[in-house]
Amino acid sequence: MEHAETAGNKIIFSVWFGLLGLTVLELILAYQELPLETMLTVLMVLSVVKAALIIAYFMHLRYELPSLFVTLIPALVFVLIMMTAIFADSSRLAHMRSLLE
Amino acid sequence: MWLFIVSDAITFSAVIFAYGYLRLASAAWPRPFETPSIANATVMTFVLLSSSVAMVLAVRASSLGKVSGAVGWLVATALGGVVFDVLHIREWLGLIAEGVRPFHNPWGTPMFGAAFFTMTGLHMLHVTIGVIYLLIIAVGFQRRKFSAVDVEVSGLYWHFVDLVWMFIFPLVYLLSAKTA
Repeated sequence: MEHAETAGNKIIFSVWFGLLGLTVLELILAYQELPLETMLTVLMVLSVVKAALIIAYFMHLRYELPSLFVTLIPALVFVLIMMTAIFADSSRLAHMRSLLE
Repeated sequence: MWLFIVSDAITFSAVIFAYGYLRLASAAWPRPFETPSIANATVMTFVLLSSSVAMVLAVRASSLGKVSGAVGWLVATALGGVVFDVLHIREWLGLIAEGVRPFHNPWGTPMFGAAFFTMTGLHMLHVTIGVIYLLIIAVGFQRRKFSAVDVEVSGLYWHFVDLVWMFIFPLVYLLSAKTA
Protein backbone atom coordinates (compact mmCIF):
# COMPACT_ATOMS: atom_id res chain seq x y z
CA MET A 1 0.00 0.00 0.00
CA GLU A 2 2.99 2.34 0.33
CA HIS A 3 3.37 4.73 -2.55
CA ALA A 4 5.45 7.81 -3.21
CA GLU A 5 2.97 9.76 -5.27
CA THR A 6 -0.64 10.71 -4.59
CA ALA A 7 -3.05 13.24 -5.97
CA GLY A 8 -2.62 16.80 -4.66
CA ASN A 9 -5.35 19.05 -3.30
CA LYS A 10 -5.96 20.64 -6.69
CA ILE A 11 -6.68 17.28 -8.31
CA ILE A 12 -8.83 16.01 -5.42
CA PHE A 13 -11.03 19.11 -5.37
CA SER A 14 -11.31 19.12 -9.19
CA VAL A 15 -12.46 15.49 -9.03
CA TRP A 16 -14.95 16.39 -6.29
CA PHE A 17 -16.43 19.24 -8.34
CA GLY A 18 -16.41 16.99 -11.41
CA LEU A 19 -18.43 14.35 -9.54
CA LEU A 20 -20.91 16.94 -8.21
CA GLY A 21 -21.21 18.39 -11.72
CA LEU A 22 -21.88 14.99 -13.28
CA THR A 23 -24.56 14.36 -10.63
CA VAL A 24 -26.28 17.64 -11.55
CA LEU A 25 -26.06 16.68 -15.23
CA GLU A 26 -27.71 13.33 -14.46
CA LEU A 27 -30.41 15.13 -12.50
CA ILE A 28 -31.18 17.45 -15.43
CA LEU A 29 -31.26 14.46 -17.81
CA ALA A 30 -33.76 12.64 -15.57
CA TYR A 31 -36.36 15.32 -16.33
CA GLN A 32 -35.90 15.18 -20.12
CA GLU A 33 -38.42 13.26 -22.18
CA LEU A 34 -35.98 10.70 -23.55
CA PRO A 35 -36.75 7.09 -24.50
CA LEU A 36 -36.01 4.80 -21.54
CA GLU A 37 -33.22 2.93 -23.38
CA THR A 38 -31.39 6.15 -24.32
CA MET A 39 -31.78 7.49 -20.78
CA LEU A 40 -30.48 4.23 -19.26
CA THR A 41 -27.47 4.20 -21.57
CA VAL A 42 -26.55 7.84 -20.97
CA LEU A 43 -27.00 7.59 -17.18
CA MET A 44 -24.94 4.38 -16.99
CA VAL A 45 -22.11 5.87 -19.07
CA LEU A 46 -22.04 8.89 -16.72
CA SER A 47 -22.09 6.57 -13.67
CA VAL A 48 -19.19 4.53 -15.03
CA VAL A 49 -17.24 7.78 -15.53
CA LYS A 50 -18.01 8.77 -11.91
CA ALA A 51 -17.01 5.32 -10.63
CA ALA A 52 -13.77 5.49 -12.63
CA LEU A 53 -12.95 8.92 -11.14
CA ILE A 54 -13.57 7.61 -7.61
CA ILE A 55 -11.45 4.49 -8.19
CA ALA A 56 -8.62 6.34 -9.93
CA TYR A 57 -8.26 9.35 -7.62
CA PHE A 58 -10.05 8.77 -4.28
CA MET A 59 -9.02 5.12 -4.11
CA HIS A 60 -5.75 6.18 -5.84
CA LEU A 61 -5.63 3.09 -8.05
CA ARG A 62 -4.00 5.36 -10.64
CA TYR A 63 -0.99 5.73 -8.39
CA GLU A 64 -0.65 2.03 -7.53
CA LEU A 65 1.33 -0.57 -9.46
CA PRO A 66 -0.27 -1.41 -12.83
CA SER A 67 -0.36 -5.08 -11.78
CA LEU A 68 -3.02 -4.26 -9.13
CA PHE A 69 -5.26 -2.78 -11.82
CA VAL A 70 -4.64 -5.74 -14.13
CA THR A 71 -5.46 -8.20 -11.33
CA LEU A 72 -8.73 -6.59 -10.28
CA ILE A 73 -10.50 -4.67 -12.99
CA PRO A 74 -10.56 -6.92 -16.11
CA ALA A 75 -11.92 -9.85 -14.05
CA LEU A 76 -14.65 -7.64 -12.58
CA VAL A 77 -15.62 -6.28 -16.01
CA PHE A 78 -15.69 -9.83 -17.40
CA VAL A 79 -18.04 -11.03 -14.62
CA LEU A 80 -20.33 -8.03 -15.17
CA ILE A 81 -20.51 -8.73 -18.91
CA MET A 82 -21.34 -12.41 -18.20
CA MET A 83 -24.13 -11.30 -15.87
CA THR A 84 -25.87 -9.35 -18.65
CA ALA A 85 -26.84 -12.74 -20.10
CA ILE A 86 -29.94 -12.76 -17.87
CA PHE A 87 -31.48 -9.79 -19.68
CA ALA A 88 -32.34 -11.90 -22.74
CA ASP A 89 -34.66 -13.91 -20.49
CA SER A 90 -36.06 -10.77 -18.91
CA SER A 91 -37.08 -9.27 -22.26
CA ARG A 92 -38.48 -12.68 -23.29
CA LEU A 93 -40.84 -12.49 -20.30
CA ALA A 94 -41.93 -9.00 -21.30
CA HIS A 95 -42.49 -10.22 -24.87
CA MET A 96 -44.53 -13.24 -23.73
CA ARG A 97 -46.69 -11.03 -21.55
CA SER A 98 -47.52 -8.86 -24.56
CA LEU A 99 -48.51 -12.01 -26.50
CA LEU A 100 -50.85 -13.07 -23.70
CA GLU A 101 -52.64 -9.75 -23.50
CA MET B 1 -9.33 -4.90 1.13
CA TRP B 2 -9.15 -4.67 -2.67
CA LEU B 3 -10.16 -8.33 -2.95
CA PHE B 4 -13.07 -7.78 -0.57
CA ILE B 5 -14.12 -4.74 -2.60
CA VAL B 6 -14.14 -6.68 -5.86
CA SER B 7 -16.21 -9.49 -4.34
CA ASP B 8 -18.56 -6.97 -2.73
CA ALA B 9 -18.84 -5.20 -6.08
CA ILE B 10 -20.04 -8.47 -7.59
CA THR B 11 -22.59 -8.90 -4.77
CA PHE B 12 -23.97 -5.41 -5.42
CA SER B 13 -23.93 -6.04 -9.18
CA ALA B 14 -26.01 -9.18 -8.67
CA VAL B 15 -28.60 -7.21 -6.71
CA ILE B 16 -28.60 -4.37 -9.24
CA PHE B 17 -28.93 -6.83 -12.15
CA ALA B 18 -31.80 -8.58 -10.36
CA TYR B 19 -33.50 -5.19 -10.05
CA GLY B 20 -32.95 -4.55 -13.77
CA TYR B 21 -34.29 -8.01 -14.63
CA LEU B 22 -37.45 -7.52 -12.59
CA ARG B 23 -38.02 -4.06 -13.92
CA LEU B 24 -37.60 -5.08 -17.56
CA ALA B 25 -39.84 -8.15 -17.14
CA SER B 26 -42.61 -6.31 -15.28
CA ALA B 27 -45.52 -4.67 -16.97
CA ALA B 28 -46.25 -1.79 -14.59
CA TRP B 29 -43.12 -0.76 -12.74
CA PRO B 30 -43.97 2.07 -10.33
CA ARG B 31 -42.29 5.45 -10.75
CA PRO B 32 -43.18 6.86 -7.35
CA PHE B 33 -40.37 9.37 -6.85
CA GLU B 34 -41.65 12.90 -7.04
CA THR B 35 -39.41 15.97 -6.99
CA PRO B 36 -38.97 16.10 -3.16
CA SER B 37 -37.71 12.47 -3.18
CA ILE B 38 -35.35 13.20 -6.04
CA ALA B 39 -34.09 16.31 -4.23
CA ASN B 40 -33.58 14.24 -1.07
CA ALA B 41 -31.63 11.57 -2.98
CA THR B 42 -29.52 14.27 -4.70
CA VAL B 43 -28.62 15.79 -1.33
CA MET B 44 -27.73 12.28 -0.11
CA THR B 45 -25.43 11.88 -3.15
CA PHE B 46 -23.73 15.22 -2.44
CA VAL B 47 -23.27 14.30 1.24
CA LEU B 48 -21.68 10.96 0.34
CA LEU B 49 -19.36 12.50 -2.29
CA SER B 50 -18.29 15.20 0.16
CA SER B 51 -17.65 12.64 2.91
CA SER B 52 -15.36 10.85 0.44
CA VAL B 53 -13.32 14.04 0.08
CA ALA B 54 -13.11 14.25 3.89
CA MET B 55 -11.85 10.65 3.83
CA VAL B 56 -9.14 11.55 1.30
CA LEU B 57 -8.03 14.35 3.63
CA ALA B 58 -8.05 11.94 6.60
CA VAL B 59 -5.82 9.50 4.71
CA ARG B 60 -3.44 12.31 3.78
CA ALA B 61 -3.28 13.70 7.34
CA SER B 62 -2.62 10.20 8.71
CA SER B 63 0.19 9.53 6.24
CA LEU B 64 1.80 12.85 7.26
CA GLY B 65 1.52 11.78 10.92
CA LYS B 66 -1.00 14.50 11.85
CA VAL B 67 -3.02 12.55 14.39
CA SER B 68 -5.62 15.16 15.39
CA GLY B 69 -6.19 16.16 11.75
CA ALA B 70 -6.69 12.56 10.69
CA VAL B 71 -9.08 11.85 13.58
CA GLY B 72 -11.03 15.04 12.82
CA TRP B 73 -11.46 14.19 9.15
CA LEU B 74 -12.38 10.58 10.01
CA VAL B 75 -15.11 11.82 12.36
CA ALA B 76 -16.28 14.27 9.64
CA THR B 77 -16.49 11.38 7.18
CA ALA B 78 -18.47 9.28 9.64
CA LEU B 79 -20.76 12.25 10.26
CA GLY B 80 -21.46 12.40 6.52
CA GLY B 81 -22.42 8.73 6.70
CA VAL B 82 -24.78 9.42 9.60
CA VAL B 83 -26.46 12.29 7.71
CA PHE B 84 -26.84 10.00 4.69
CA ASP B 85 -28.42 7.28 6.83
CA VAL B 86 -30.82 9.69 8.55
CA LEU B 87 -32.03 11.12 5.22
CA HIS B 88 -32.38 7.62 3.80
CA ILE B 89 -34.31 6.21 6.76
CA ARG B 90 -36.62 9.22 6.67
CA GLU B 91 -37.34 8.41 3.03
CA TRP B 92 -37.93 4.72 3.80
CA LEU B 93 -40.40 5.64 6.52
CA GLY B 94 -42.19 7.95 4.08
CA LEU B 95 -42.55 5.13 1.53
CA ILE B 96 -43.69 2.68 4.21
CA ALA B 97 -46.28 5.23 5.34
CA GLU B 98 -47.53 5.41 1.74
CA GLY B 99 -48.13 1.65 1.88
CA VAL B 100 -45.01 0.22 0.22
CA ARG B 101 -44.25 -3.29 1.51
CA PRO B 102 -41.77 -5.88 0.14
CA PHE B 103 -44.53 -7.68 -1.77
CA HIS B 104 -47.17 -5.03 -2.06
CA ASN B 105 -47.45 -1.38 -3.04
CA PRO B 106 -50.28 0.93 -4.09
CA TRP B 107 -49.00 1.58 -7.64
CA GLY B 108 -48.04 -1.47 -9.66
CA THR B 109 -45.72 -4.46 -9.77
CA PRO B 110 -45.68 -5.94 -6.23
CA MET B 111 -41.96 -6.78 -6.46
CA PHE B 112 -41.04 -3.08 -6.50
CA GLY B 113 -40.82 -3.01 -2.69
CA ALA B 114 -38.66 -6.12 -2.45
CA ALA B 115 -36.25 -4.85 -5.12
CA PHE B 116 -36.08 -1.34 -3.67
CA PHE B 117 -35.67 -2.32 -0.02
CA THR B 118 -33.11 -5.06 -0.77
CA MET B 119 -30.91 -2.85 -2.89
CA THR B 120 -31.04 0.34 -0.84
CA GLY B 121 -31.08 -1.66 2.42
CA LEU B 122 -27.88 -3.51 1.50
CA HIS B 123 -26.28 -0.18 0.72
CA MET B 124 -27.55 1.43 3.93
CA LEU B 125 -26.12 -1.52 5.88
CA HIS B 126 -22.74 -0.88 4.22
CA VAL B 127 -22.88 2.82 5.15
CA THR B 128 -23.81 1.97 8.76
CA ILE B 129 -20.99 -0.58 9.05
CA GLY B 130 -18.69 2.00 7.44
CA VAL B 131 -19.55 4.62 10.09
CA ILE B 132 -18.76 2.13 12.89
CA TYR B 133 -15.56 1.03 11.10
CA LEU B 134 -14.36 4.63 10.65
CA LEU B 135 -15.04 5.52 14.28
CA ILE B 136 -13.12 2.43 15.47
CA ILE B 137 -10.22 3.42 13.20
CA ALA B 138 -10.38 7.02 14.48
CA VAL B 139 -10.18 5.92 18.13
CA GLY B 140 -7.47 3.35 17.35
CA PHE B 141 -5.39 5.84 15.36
CA GLN B 142 -5.62 8.37 18.18
CA ARG B 143 -4.36 5.73 20.62
CA ARG B 144 -1.57 4.71 18.18
CA LYS B 145 -3.06 1.20 17.93
CA PHE B 146 -3.69 1.57 14.19
CA SER B 147 -1.24 2.86 11.60
CA ALA B 148 -1.70 5.20 8.64
CA VAL B 149 -2.07 2.13 6.43
CA ASP B 150 -5.14 1.06 8.45
CA VAL B 151 -6.67 4.49 7.85
CA GLU B 152 -5.92 4.16 4.14
CA VAL B 153 -7.57 0.73 3.97
CA SER B 154 -10.71 2.00 5.73
CA GLY B 155 -10.73 4.79 3.14
CA LEU B 156 -10.83 2.25 0.32
CA TYR B 157 -13.96 0.72 1.87
CA TRP B 158 -15.63 4.10 2.29
CA HIS B 159 -14.95 5.20 -1.30
CA PHE B 160 -16.34 1.90 -2.52
CA VAL B 161 -19.61 2.47 -0.63
CA ASP B 162 -19.75 5.92 -2.24
CA LEU B 163 -19.08 4.38 -5.67
CA VAL B 164 -21.94 1.88 -5.35
CA TRP B 165 -24.36 4.72 -4.62
CA MET B 166 -23.28 6.32 -7.94
CA PHE B 167 -25.09 3.40 -9.62
CA ILE B 168 -28.06 3.04 -7.28
CA PHE B 169 -28.92 6.75 -7.44
CA PRO B 170 -29.57 6.95 -11.22
CA LEU B 171 -31.02 3.45 -11.53
CA VAL B 172 -33.49 3.66 -8.66
CA TYR B 173 -34.26 7.35 -8.35
CA LEU B 174 -33.56 9.13 -11.62
CA LEU B 175 -35.05 6.37 -13.80
CA SER B 176 -38.14 6.28 -11.58
CA ALA B 177 -38.65 10.03 -11.43
CA LYS B 178 -42.27 10.95 -11.82
CA THR B 179 -42.04 13.19 -14.87
CA ALA B 180 -44.89 15.30 -16.22
